[in-house]
Amino acid sequence: MITTVAHLRRGQKGIIKEFADGILPIKLLELGCLPGNEIELVQVAPLKDPIYINVNGTHIAIRRSMAALIELEIIEDSPL
Amino acid sequence: MSKQIKVALIGNPNTGKTSVFNQLTGLKQKVGNYPGITVEKKEGVCKLPRGVKAHILDLPGTYSLNTTSLDESVVVELLLNKNDKDFPDVAVVISDVENLKRNLLLFTQIKDLKIPVILVINMADRMSRTGISLDIELLEEKLDTKIALVSTRKGTGIDRIKELIADYKNLSIAPNVDTTVIAPEYFEKLKATFPKEDLYKLWLVITQDVNFMPIEKNPINITASFATKSKSELKRLQQKETILRYQFINGILKQAYKVDINAAKGLRATLDKVLTHKIFGYLIFFVILLTIFQAIYDWSSYPMDFIDESFASASEWVKDTLPPGVFTNLIAEGILAGIGGIVIFIPQIAFLFLFIALLEESGYMSRVVFLMDKLMRPFGLSGKSVVPLISGTACAIPAIMATRTIENWKERLITILVTPFTTCSARLPVYLIIIALVIPEGRFLGLSYQALTLMLLYLMGFGAAILSAMILNKIMKIKSKTFFVMEMPNYKLPLVKNVVYTVWEKTKSFVLGAGKIILAISIILWFLGSNGFSDDFENAEAIVTENIKNEGFSDFNKSNIQSTMASYKLALQDSLNSEVYALDQAAINDSLRIKEMALNEKAINQEIASYKLENSYMGYMGKAIEPVVRPLGYDWKIGIAVLTSFAAREVFVGTLATIYSVGSDEEDTIKNRMAAEMDPKTKKPLFNLASGISLLLFYAFAMQCMSTLAIVKRETNTWKWPTAQLVFMSLFAYIVALIAYQILK
Repeated sequence: MITTVAHLRRGQKGIIKEFADGILPIKLLELGCLPGNEIELVQVAPLKDPIYINVNGTHIAIRRSMAALIELEIIEDSPL
Repeated sequence: MSKQIKVALIGNPNTGKTSVFNQLTGLKQKVGNYPGITVEKKEGVCKLPRGVKAHILDLPGTYSLNTTSLDESVVVELLLNKNDKDFPDVAVVISDVENLKRNLLLFTQIKDLKIPVILVINMADRMSRTGISLDIELLEEKLDTKIALVSTRKGTGIDRIKELIADYKNLSIAPNVDTTVIAPEYFEKLKATFPKEDLYKLWLVITQDVNFMPIEKNPINITASFATKSKSELKRLQQKETILRYQFINGILKQAYKVDINAAKGLRATLDKVLTHKIFGYLIFFVILLTIFQAIYDWSSYPMDFIDESFASASEWVKDTLPPGVFTNLIAEGILAGIGGIVIFIPQIAFLFLFIALLEESGYMSRVVFLMDKLMRPFGLSGKSVVPLISGTACAIPAIMATRTIENWKERLITILVTPFTTCSARLPVYLIIIALVIPEGRFLGLSYQALTLMLLYLMGFGAAILSAMILNKIMKIKSKTFFVMEMPNYKLPLVKNVVYTVWEKTKSFVLGAGKIILAISIILWFLGSNGFSDDFENAEAIVTENIKNEGFSDFNKSNIQSTMASYKLALQDSLNSEVYALDQAAINDSLRIKEMALNEKAINQEIASYKLENSYMGYMGKAIEPVVRPLGYDWKIGIAVLTSFAAREVFVGTLATIYSVGSDEEDTIKNRMAAEMDPKTKKPLFNLASGISLLLFYAFAMQCMSTLAIVKRETNTWKWPTAQLVFMSLFAYIVALIAYQILK
């Protein structure tokens, strides 16, 4: 099964894997969503969407549908 | 030296760019628009060391030079166009110490344009708290630039920026990154075709419209048709470029930037947990909204009462002091009434923008978007629509301009179309005066009925906006890719200076913008109301005197005189027994006679005034539309006020003030005068619950603002949408008001 940012639980972290070129908006890359960078799921909006992530020190909100495009490898289970 | 150094401030959103701009220019700033588009253009002048001056241009916030919105394309087009009169001698890139890595992406792009560039690292005061340490010298060396470490909060480092600007000629213009390595063959071909052009600039021109198509055509005259690659290929190359730049930046920051992770976190995480909590988050948002309404309703009433009274007495003073005549009337009843009608809004507008500025400056507004996004989506809106809809409570014009941040065109268009439903501050005076007239005083759970009614009207505005958004979402067939990426900035204590500037700027633009229209309309109304073409108007005095001789006063005046006399008599009787002012019966009778004469004369004058008004130009206009507004419970005077409101809603109160005070000696406040207005047929107050609610509903839904229509035309580039708004909203308002009046009457 492929794990994506949409699968993260709150407080969980992952490392972004290579992703297919061109599927993500350039703006997301500019904000630091690059392969090899660490992503943490900070908060989920009350209605489960959008989600609030910390990637590489930048805090951004994205919708779940987009989060499902960012593949990653989970690195640790946060105690929370 | 008369020549000014041209400086452009560039930076990511939320880096404190505006604070730097405010500190550099002080109040010497000018806010306007870029020609043809509604991107705000802020300029100012800054004094540098050694008597040099700099012209500072504050460019819209952008994350990179890869444009995805109108704001960003303004930045790119300026930087690519050497012939633009604002093309900078030196660029100042503002970054935030906590997000330095991301901010440097934009920096390296600008550096590669071979423009002299200074790097400002802002928010230096946060370094110790967040555990960041920087090697400035190493950064300067590796980035090949000069750096100013600044804290706009503490006001440090600003002088260093000024020095660096003054010395801009010593800055290196060598590029940071060689972009051509991402596709060597492609760039070889480009070079062969355009040997004279700079390759990186060419690259930016070619890729400019990959993600975004600006409404305005590209002014840069290099053939953009050299897009030998497909859009998706170009996008891929843009991604490669981004990765390349991050590699470069990471390499530098590894040596020059250290973060002690343990010192970070803390407050931000805690606040986020509470403010975006599924229950507390909404609760807090609701309480904040409630506070704003109470502030506008309660707190601002003190300065407003003061303004109201001041203008009433000023108008009286003018009439007493100047010789009677047309000119005096123009000043007292046209101009002063008009200016009073503008100034009275200032407390409310100032309060509202104070709150909006606080919410935005503190970083809370982004949390609202985060909370609301999912809720808004079923209606075809985005979480980003919340900000325009809330700003719409101040004024639809800046709100519609604020929709620029919505990337998705369909979501943006829907937001633009429904925003005028939200209760703007121009509706407020109408609401306030009608509510005060028809809604009883009293409290429910500590909140006054009147405040609750106001809250209900606001909710109804939002409801209408949301509902029509849902309908529009269903019927509009616009294909548009959704993507939503929003930065969640760190929480900040709002800077007083920034908040004050925002409040000042918005209030000023209201007074100068809308104020002109209001004043002009006041004067036109005064003219129409005090001039007429018929014999009836010319001979008003004779006709009315004759009528009164034959038939006596109108019922309202009769009963008014009777009751006034009765209470006056009672008061005098009391003084008969008083020891201080002992009066004998003869004196009392004299006094009563004088009082009655005075009252009679006043009544005659009032009846003449109202007769004149009825036969003035305005009276004819009002009567012509009376059949249309009668079913809503309005008479021809209210009809005129509703009609003039199509220029700007707030004119309503001013219009009634003018209508009622024209030709009358009385300087009662507008409200009391309205309360005394009787329906000639039913002999009951004209402003009663039924007609009051009908008016409130009409104003809640009708599209009565020419300025908003103009801005919608500009933002959508067609008359189609504003026309649709005008017709649909006004028709809807008429029907709702009609139903309400017919049920309640």
